[in-house]
Amino acid sequence: MITFMNNSDSEEEPCNERTSLMSAESPPVPSYQDGLQASEAGEAQAHRKRRTGSGRSPNNIADGDTSDLGVPVRESALENEEEELTLKYGAKHVIMLFVPVTLCMIVVVATIKSVRFYTEKNGQLIYTPFSEDTPSVGQRLLNSVLNTIIMISVIVVMTVFLVLLYKYRCYKFIHGWLILSSLMLLFLFTYIYLGEVLKTYNVAMDYPTLFLVIWNFGAVGMICIHWKGPLQLQQAYLIMISALMALVFIKYLPEWSAWVILGAISIYDLMAVLCPKGPLRMLVETAQERNEPIFPALIYSSAMMWTVGMAKPDTAARGPSQQTWDTAEDGRENHRSPSHTGSRMSETRSPVPTRPITSFEEVEEEERGVKLGLGDFIFYSVLVGKAAATASGDWNTTLACFVAILIGTRQPFSSPLPSTERDGHPCPPPPSQGARGPPAAPLVFPALSSCVEQGCSLKALEGKCEGKP
Amino acid sequence: MGAAVFFGCAGIAFGPALALVLLTVAAEPLRVIVLVAGAFFWLVSLLLASLIWFVLVHLSDREDAKLQYGLLIFGAAVSVLLQEAFRFAYFKLLKKADEGLATISEDGRSPISLRQMAYVSGLSFGIISGVFSVINILADSIGPGIVGIHGDSPYYFITSAFLTMALVLLHTFWGVIFFDACEKRRYWCLGLVVASHLLTSGLTFLNPWYEASLVPIFIITFCTGLWAFFTAGGSFRNILKCLSCKQEDDSRVMRYSALQVPFED
Repeated sequence: MITFMNNSDSEEEPCNERTSLMSAESPPVPSYQDGLQASEAGEAQAHRKRRTGSGRSPNNIADGDTSDLGVPVRESALENEEEELTLKYGAKHVIMLFVPVTLCMIVVVATIKSVRFYTEKNGQLIYTPFSEDTPSVGQRLLNSVLNTIIMISVIVVMTVFLVLLYKYRCYKFIHGWLILSSLMLLFLFTYIYLGEVLKTYNVAMDYPTLFLVIWNFGAVGMICIHWKGPLQLQQAYLIMISALMALVFIKYLPEWSAWVILGAISIYDLMAVLCPKGPLRMLVETAQERNEPIFPALIYSSAMMWTVGMAKPDTAARGPSQQTWDTAEDGRENHRSPSHTGSRMSETRSPVPTRPITSFEEVEEEERGVKLGLGDFIFYSVLVGKAAATASGDWNTTLACFVAILIGTRQPFSSPLPSTERDGHPCPPPPSQGARGPPAAPLVFPALSSCVEQGCSLKALEGKCEGKP
Repeated sequence: MGAAVFFGCAGIAFGPALALVLLTVAAEPLRVIVLVAGAFFWLVSLLLASLIWFVLVHLSDREDAKLQYGLLIFGAAVSVLLQEAFRFAYFKLLKKADEGLATISEDGRSPISLRQMAYVSGLSFGIISGVFSVINILADSIGPGIVGIHGDSPYYFITSAFLTMALVLLHTFWGVIFFDACEKRRYWCLGLVVASHLLTSGLTFLNPWYEASLVPIFIITFCTGLWAFFTAGGSFRNILKCLSCKQEDDSRVMRYSALQVPFED
């Protein structure tokens, strides 16, 4: 009874008698296989036939068979196949992103709802010096805008600095910076987090045990992130440090400033990626020129198959990663800049070098994983966490935010871009994709729904009636 | 109170939904996407409806209890109408997506049929609607307290859970019927779906009197379920065939076309 829904994927390729009999001259009837077939002209033609005319008469098929369409047909057929594959695997990749994003948000929301530490006001970061404890609304708004301006300028400066470092090949400096920041995340922030969780649940732990736990956690984390490790462990660590970073932001950013910053960051992202002189765009172009991946380790990837010249899927090769770069680090500026590039352009698949298409015969679809920048994880988690923290114990706002974020994540699928990359090089996405603005929805929802729900709960208390729509 | 009530009510409210999702939706990425997008559409409809209600409440006299109650009923009706409108909008979107998928796919057929999308979209509306109804109640059920200590019904939690289950199933059935009616242009079906939704929502206003609200709602659920079953192409024979677990007799001769010419290098 379960299987009745499972045959939606059409596995059989209906080659009818006509094509089999008539294509005597052209290469044999293509059998349906996963992945791209070798680009033979007959195959390309068969594809075009199938794609364009299900109701064509056999005469046309005969005519089209041996026409001299040749190379243009092959190329367009290849493009069509790629487009179809993009769409087909796009759905799968989006789902592969849903899971880690959801996990990160669950961790953040669970922590916010249970550990009181992260919702207590305990000072502010130096990046947001203006306080929001002002009597008037106008003053508060002004302070939050000023905080945003300062924060965004810090981010811009750090991004430009990073781009310059990358441009002038100061790789060692970047490595050191990233190692230092992930050290801080994995040890210091984890220590604070663990301390608060233990306090909340009133669990006693002695210092030797604590030291052992944190040391192991941190050391394994550093190895997994910066060197080699099992894929799932690395993913788990990336999720955990994103959650930790998001929790820090939720704690130390005052409320209105947080929302304005979230909005401003989305706008800044669009500009940084799309403007010709934007730092992120320059980063992408530099990486393109040098034929290098852009900070792959700052990016959450669902598969690690980027070894050079690989033809066969090697399960042993899943472990070792090419990631000589470092992963997440402290400053949001570092997160925002390269991670966002990573998310924008490696949404489909981007193996490291240019690879011959025939090698794909062996590569399974899972190998072509999908990547999302850690900055995006943090951004989404801060959104949901803030919604969970500020709405007065109301879960509806949190859930609305969650759904809105998931909708924003599916943008690579909803607008299939056949040419997000050419020959394995990343290209900046066309403006239509960037202008979609996934954060718009999650920003609108909590603001409006928390207002409305406050009004609603007042009504429900007074009226004691429970009409359900 | 406590964990027992929480898990029990959560199980009652979302058991069928969870089973349906795990068995039929979770394995296919396209269906998951349709599910999440459907939830988003429902959320937008709810947002609009609540905005309308909010504006009306603020424009009206806050002290007049009867007026506020009337506004609440009106708000619920507007919400129902908007939900159905957004269901129609989602139908249009899915239809377009279906055509797009069909043209792009290798054999001219889209990997997911419109009927499957109808079912998944109904399920998505149901899940998000149920979640929004009951999640705060579930959250409160964990904590300390006594239900109905001020004179309200002590059965509040469990009746809410049953109501949510009915709502989830109803939305699923309505989704199937609605899409089919839109496809075949049977507008009386559409009207009937909207009317039954309005009726269900209206019945919940009888609520502390649970015999009058829950029992009719479950009867409506059952009838709508039967209707959806027959709309989706089910029949008594299908059930028998399914239950008897018989393998279909493949007495056809293998078609010549299914044979493959070997590759010649």
